[in-house]
Amino acid sequence: MYVAVKGGEAAILASLEQVDAARRGDRALAAISVAQIREQMRLAVARVMAEGSLYDPDLAALAIKQAAGDLIEAIFLLRAYRTTLPRFGTCSALDTSDMLLQRRISATFKDIPGGQVLGSTYDYTQRLLDFTLLAEAAAVPALEAVAVEPEASPRVADFLAAEELLARESDDDGSPPPDLTREPLSFPASRAMRLQNLARGDEGFLLGLGYSTQRGYGNSHPFAGEIRHGWLSVEYLPEELGFAIDIGEIEITECELFNQFKGSATVPPQFTRGYGLAFGHAERKAMAMALVDRALQAEELGEPVAAPAQDIEFVLYHSDNVEASGFVQHLKLPHYVDFQSELELVRRLRREYQGRQECSGEPE
Amino acid sequence: MSGPAAGYNFGYLDEQTKRMIRRAILKAVAIPGYQVPFGSREMPLPYGWGTGGIQVTASIIGEDDVLKVIDQGSDDTTNAINIRRFFQRVTGVTTTTLTGEATIIQTRHRIPETPLHEGQILVYQVPIPEPLRWLEARESETRRMHALAEYGVMRVKLYEDIARFGHIATTYDYPVVVNNRYLMRPSPIPKFDNPKMHRNPALQLFGAGREKRIYAVPPYTDVVSLDFEDHPFEVQRWDATCSLCGSADSFLDEVIVDDAGGRMFVCSDSEYCQRQREAIS
Repeated sequence: MYVAVKGGEAAILASLEQVDAARRGDRALAAISVAQIREQMRLAVARVMAEGSLYDPDLAALAIKQAAGDLIEAIFLLRAYRTTLPRFGTCSALDTSDMLLQRRISATFKDIPGGQVLGSTYDYTQRLLDFTLLAEAAAVPALEAVAVEPEASPRVADFLAAEELLARESDDDGSPPPDLTREPLSFPASRAMRLQNLARGDEGFLLGLGYSTQRGYGNSHPFAGEIRHGWLSVEYLPEELGFAIDIGEIEITECELFNQFKGSATVPPQFTRGYGLAFGHAERKAMAMALVDRALQAEELGEPVAAPAQDIEFVLYHSDNVEASGFVQHLKLPHYVDFQSELELVRRLRREYQGRQECSGEPE
Repeated sequence: MSGPAAGYNFGYLDEQTKRMIRRAILKAVAIPGYQVPFGSREMPLPYGWGTGGIQVTASIIGEDDVLKVIDQGSDDTTNAINIRRFFQRVTGVTTTTLTGEATIIQTRHRIPETPLHEGQILVYQVPIPEPLRWLEARESETRRMHALAEYGVMRVKLYEDIARFGHIATTYDYPVVVNNRYLMRPSPIPKFDNPKMHRNPALQLFGAGREKRIYAVPPYTDVVSLDFEDHPFEVQRWDATCSLCGSADSFLDEVIVDDAGGRMFVCSDSEYCQRQREAIS
């Protein structure tokens, strides 16, 4: 009896139907709408937009719905769509000191121009399950706008940089930035390329790596110089127009970490920076990214490169969850041929091993 | 055959991207065995499931092409079906299971048993393109080793296998030297298939999507499996013949048929097996 591998096509079609049915769940309940996901699962939407490298809350919410809440699958869906989009150009560099802030904190100074704005954060929620949500009973007050005037809150890093206490970032030479989604990664990787990679890198991977730098795998003493979350206009300068036009607002989270640096032969002692930026409200991602960005500067700063988080090739080649997810799960594909080859070899080696055992056992 | 899916370009990729990939392919053909970096796109199929081969096929396929897709030698494994369905949706081209009729054959892990002919293109899906990767993890370092043709480390690895096991313990993805210059990974085909690469009349293209590399073996190019004078390269042999068609010279898969561990051997190349059976009856 031959167990044929026929019927695969029918099986795939049946599987697709089951995916749809399983996603829908109990039909006695109303289907969740894309708008509900966009509004009520905004942090999931933020992660999918950031790691999907596409700012579109509606499509991110659609991807989450289609993926039944599997965020990495949703990121994959969004990326596969993003690939097909034409590139019109590169926007003007964002100046985050112009942000319309929803939240802004600094752990390095007690008070800062513009003040500390706690805003919306889970930090002080005490994580007790709120059973009133289960009953859908309590009315939630609508959020009042708490935005701070942008001109009143310059970035903390700029104060320190003005005193040379903080490393200046190298000046933008005006050349177009690299595009990681259009060019293959190559080494040595520029900081711009690295930051692009980290910005779309898996939050869990970066979190673990960032954490490892805090526990001694790559010595770093970070201070949260500033974390800000809010809205920022995106401008684009069409050549034929000659002036920049506002093409919309995006919600972003930015994190600047200051790290101690004792200086080198050419650089005086000063603080160095780790930088993190993510779409939406995503502080954990932005902070983890900043930790890893700083760790990856080890070589340039003349520090020993010993820890995984400092290893540029290791980090950049393994940060992408769509790549990682695909390759890990490709093990589900048939490997009959390779396995057959290995089986044949192991059997042969075992026969030879047993032959040797019998030979050496004879004198007894 | 239905036309390509609405809303998408023929072959899914836009024409600019196809041109970029074709330029990479031309460079690969010009330098046999050399891994050309290319701006691999994110495809709607997962990385590791053939995105490199799919991008190569999508860039070279035309309306008159006839496509065959195999995985483990078979046209009817789920991944092969899925990729074939993808190209049916986005190109509407004719597909076939017949090796002789296909103009493009996309494959994972096998070279068809039926010899290929001039004008055919064999597109391999490649998971890890770098033959030195298990010996040197760093891309910056392996690229330097290729530049200097510094391949001693692979010879040492094969020698150590012989010293420890009495054999070269590599059974698939067995390293080859292409055109007497570049060490190349043939993708995880069994070493049984390696001799088929040598001076093959068909063009052989290799796409690694996740690793963003394309490489090629042009028609009639020398492809030599690494070996030693006293340990010549040899391919797998079976005591059994195919239980279905009786073939004694094809690659056989082992199938477990009962709870007692009873097994039978059948051709991995399902199309070849089918034609052999038709020839008998």
